[in-house]
Amino acid sequence: MANDPIHQFQIAKWIPIEIGGYDLSFTNSSAFMVATAVVAGAFLFVTTSSRGLIPGRAQSVAEMSYEFVANMLRDAAGTQGMRFFPLVFSLFMFVLVANLIGLFPYFFTVTSHIIVTFALALLVIGTVVVYGFAKHGFGFLKLFVPHGVPAILVPLVVLIEVISFLSRPISLSVRLFANMLAGHITLKVFAGFVTSLIAFGPVGIAGSILPLIMTVAITALEFLVAFLQAYVFAVLTCMYLNDAIHPGH
Amino acid sequence: MFVTPAYAQQAAPAEGETQAPAGETHAAPADAHAGETHTETGAEHGSGVFPPFDPSTYPSQLLWLAITFGLFYLFLKKVIVPRIGGILEVRRDRIAQDLDQAARMKEDADAAVAAYEQELAEARANANTIGQSARDSAKANAETERKKVEADLEAKLAEAEQRIAGIKAKAMSEVGNIAEETATAIVQQLTGTKVEKTDVSSAVKAVRN
Repeated sequence: MANDPIHQFQIAKWIPIEIGGYDLSFTNSSAFMVATAVVAGAFLFVTTSSRGLIPGRAQSVAEMSYEFVANMLRDAAGTQGMRFFPLVFSLFMFVLVANLIGLFPYFFTVTSHIIVTFALALLVIGTVVVYGFAKHGFGFLKLFVPHGVPAILVPLVVLIEVISFLSRPISLSVRLFANMLAGHITLKVFAGFVTSLIAFGPVGIAGSILPLIMTVAITALEFLVAFLQAYVFAVLTCMYLNDAIHPGH
Repeated sequence: MFVTPAYAQQAAPAEGETQAPAGETHAAPADAHAGETHTETGAEHGSGVFPPFDPSTYPSQLLWLAITFGLFYLFLKKVIVPRIGGILEVRRDRIAQDLDQAARMKEDADAAVAAYEQELAEARANANTIGQSARDSAKANAETERKKVEADLEAKLAEAEQRIAGIKAKAMSEVGNIAEETATAIVQQLTGTKVEKTDVSSAVKAVRN
């Protein structure tokens, strides 16, 4: 079991709860969601509590993350997009902190479950659709009809656009989920090689150095991926929100 | 389709209930076999299926994600975003204010430099006028001095001329007397008659004039 690379994704019920037939137990996943929200929220809250005019290191990090997301959103969706700033900022921070927490050994990675990433992606697409129709009415459907397309091609282009729009929540969620999953499995497999090889005595111990180096390197890579995937998720969110704000291409 | 063994076991007692993968099917038989569901463990869930594709864990994950992410979103929206936004705003204002102040101070410095330059120019001009007036007064003094000396000399010249004229007149009148005496003597010698003095003098005067 210890070497099973899938074991780390197991959901373990900590406090069984069942309401109306739904299994709503408080699981290790729930605990790490709570931890993610608490760590991210507490970090932002504590570091900015002094409201320093000249920020310290921690406050700089909080401000940098704020301005990073703010610039991302402003570049992608303009100043009108800033109304969605709390959403994009909380998505970015939640995904980032969930990814980073998942990198600790024995910790659960919330974003390695497709249902979580899919729910977040649906939240984004749902926001886009609801806001798009609320703001532009049926004008939002212009999103699917790009300007300057010959009339004969319009049905085909509309079909492609609709398919691409429908595939967005899937691509958005699968990208994050698959990256987290694959990274953690790879990490676990290489780390497993180390323990397996050590069992073969001195030769094995010497041979285990290679997978150990790989494990360290992949850990570093995973830190990059953790940040990158949070960034990609936030950037795509910004671009999709831009579609809701400016449906005409 | 990923229907877990665990789920299948759970659904089995529900008498031929359709095995839809979603959690909704739990709804009806929930009360009927609440006991069995509690016997499930996490290990049992993962025994055969890849955990991320195990639908029986979805309702719980969705609920807790909604709770945690919802609260996180609200916390960020109500507390963090206004706070960091405020900090950045205050800093931007402060920087703008400081820049304004710096610009104002620079203006002050420029004005001080300009005032200094102007005062310098004024002082230079003053110095020039003072020098000019000193030169002028010196010139005027010299002029009056010269005039005084000239007048002095003039007076002395006039006096000298007067004296010369006096001496000349005196000499001339002497010349008249000598001429009269000489004429009287000549006439007496030639004619032997005594000539009236007044006649001689008038005659001499007539000749000399």
